[in-house]
Amino acid sequence: MKIVVAIKQVPARDSLLKIGASGAWIEDADLAWEINEPDAYALEAGLQLKEKLGGETVVVCAGPERAGQTIREALAKGADRAIHIETVEGEMSDPLSLAKILAKALEAEKADLVLTGLQSDDLGYGQTGVILAEVLGLPHATLIMNIDTEGSGIKVKRELEDGWFQHVEMPLPALLTIQSGATKLRYATLMGIKKAKTKEVRRVTAAELGGLREDAVKVTRIYVPEKSKKSQVFDDPPKEAAAKLVEKLRFEARVI
Amino acid sequence: MSGILAILEQREGKLHKMALEAVAAAQQFGRELNQPVYVALAGAGADAAAGALTQYKIAKIHVVNHALTADYTPDGYAIAFRQLIEQHQPKYVIFPHTYQVRDFAPKLATAMNRVLVSDVVHHRAENGALVLVRQMFQGKINADVHFTGDAPWFASIQAGAFRADNLEAGSAPVETMTPDIKPEQVRTRPLELFRESARAVDLTAAEIIVSVGRGIKEAENIHIVQELADALHGELAASRPICDNGWLPMERQVGSSGQTVAPKMYLAVGISGAIQHLVGMKGAKTIVAINKDPEAPIFEVADYGIVGDLFQVVPALIDALKK
Repeated sequence: MKIVVAIKQVPARDSLLKIGASGAWIEDADLAWEINEPDAYALEAGLQLKEKLGGETVVVCAGPERAGQTIREALAKGADRAIHIETVEGEMSDPLSLAKILAKALEAEKADLVLTGLQSDDLGYGQTGVILAEVLGLPHATLIMNIDTEGSGIKVKRELEDGWFQHVEMPLPALLTIQSGATKLRYATLMGIKKAKTKEVRRVTAAELGGLREDAVKVTRIYVPEKSKKSQVFDDPPKEAAAKLVEKLRFEARVI
Repeated sequence: MSGILAILEQREGKLHKMALEAVAAAQQFGRELNQPVYVALAGAGADAAAGALTQYKIAKIHVVNHALTADYTPDGYAIAFRQLIEQHQPKYVIFPHTYQVRDFAPKLATAMNRVLVSDVVHHRAENGALVLVRQMFQGKINADVHFTGDAPWFASIQAGAFRADNLEAGSAPVETMTPDIKPEQVRTRPLELFRESARAVDLTAAEIIVSVGRGIKEAENIHIVQELADALHGELAASRPICDNGWLPMERQVGSSGQTVAPKMYLAVGISGAIQHLVGMKGAKTIVAINKDPEAPIFEVADYGIVGDLFQVVPALIDALKK
C-alpha cells in the first residue's frame, strides 16, 4: 500500500508566543519548532500500516527551510522518502490554498491512502485533511482510531462525541484524519537516524505549485485574548498561595 | 444573496445540544446585519427535530429528505446542502462546531471554492459584514478573520460562544427539500454507532471534581492529585492525554470526547485548557486552576488560580485544607 502522510512543523508546545511586528502573525525568529503533535499520530498510523501490509510511506510537508528538520525526523522514524514544499518564512495562506498546493505535489504519487493529523496546534483550523480530500476527489473520514483492510477497501473506526464510535467502510484511494492518542508514538532509533540521511527528499517550491494565497479568508490581526472572567491568581510561594486559595474557596466562593 | 442559514445537527429526531446555540448566533447575526434567518436539518428524524424549532423566529426551516441522507455521510450531506445553498443563496452559512460538522463542512465549503472559518468564539459587524474571531495556538492567541472572497461565507461556532437561553420567539414554517443524489456519489458506508463500555463513573453527579492533565508527567504521580480529590471529597477526572495513556480509565475523561460536567467546583491540575477540554467543564460554578504557565488558557476561564509547580502546590493545598 502506498501511504502519504501530510505533516506540519509548528512552534514547540511550551513556546512563549509574542505578536510579530505585522500584528497578523507571531514573532517566529527565536522559537523552537517540532512536528505538529496530531501529525505525529498520523505518521505513526502510516508507519504501522506499512509494517503490516508492506508498501511505502511518503511524507509531505509544506514549510520554510527549517521544516527540513521535522522531515528528517519523520524519515528517521521510518518514512521511506519525503516531499518538501518550500514556502517563504512568514508567508500566510488560507487552508484551501494550502490544500491545493499539497494536492498538486501529490498528483504524481497516486497514493492509496492519504493521512493527516486532526488539526494543527498553531492555526487550528482542523480542516486541511478534509479540504485536501475534496480537492483530490477522494472519500474521507475523520478522527480515525483504527484502520483495517477489507477486500479492496478499508474499514475504519471513527470517534464521535460523548463516547460514541462508528465503523465506516470505504473504497481506496481515500483520505483519513487520525485521532491523536489512539496509539503510542515511536522514537527514532540510532539506525533510523543514520538511514534518514540517505533517504530521498524531493524539494519543490510553493510558488512552482501555484503559490499560497489568502483569497477566501484573511487573518488581519492577532492578539492575546482578554480574560472573559476576572480571575484571582496567586503566584506566591506554594504554602502561602495554597493558604490564600483555601481561604477564598471557603469564605468567598463558599464551595468547600 | 441574502439571509443567514444555520445548518444544524440532529440524531433520531433530537437536536444536538449545540443546535440552539447556532440558532442564537444566526438570530444575532441576523439582527446586526438586518438579514432573515433560515435553518436546515438532514438525517432520519429531521422532521421531528424541526418540530422543536417552529416556536422560534426563523423565516423558514428546511428539512432535507432523501434515503441517501437518512444516515450521515460526508458525501451525502455535502451534496444535499450544496444544492440547498445554491437554490436559496444565503449570504452566510453557519454551523455549530460539532465533530460531524468538522467532518463535512470543510468539504462542502471547498466544493463551492470557499473556506469555512472554523470554531468562531466572537464576532463583530463592520460595514455590513462580519469579522470573526477564532482561536489559534490552542487558545493562547485570538485572530480576527475577514472574508476576502465572495459570499456565501461559511463559519462554525464554538460550543458556549452563544447563549441559547434567550432565543427570539416566533412561528417558523417547515419546508421539505429533496436533493438530487445518486447512490454512487455516496462513497462511504456508515455502520451502526456503538459505545465501548458502560460508564461506571458518572462525573456529572459530582459536586466537586479535581481533574489532572499532562502536567502530572507520569502515571506514578497521579496519586497526589487523588489525595487532593479525597481531601476535597471530590471525584477524580482527567483531560484526554491522561486517559489516552491509560493512566486513568476513559470514563474519567472530561471534554468534547468525554463527559460534560458542571459541578460546584472544578479544580484543574496541570491542565493547559485546550478548547476540547474547556467545552467539557466551563459550565462549572467555580473553576480553580493550578498550572506552571501563567499564559495557559485555563486561566482565561478560572475564577481562582495558582501559578506554580503542581508538585509543590498540590501537597501545600492538601495541608492547607486539613487546617
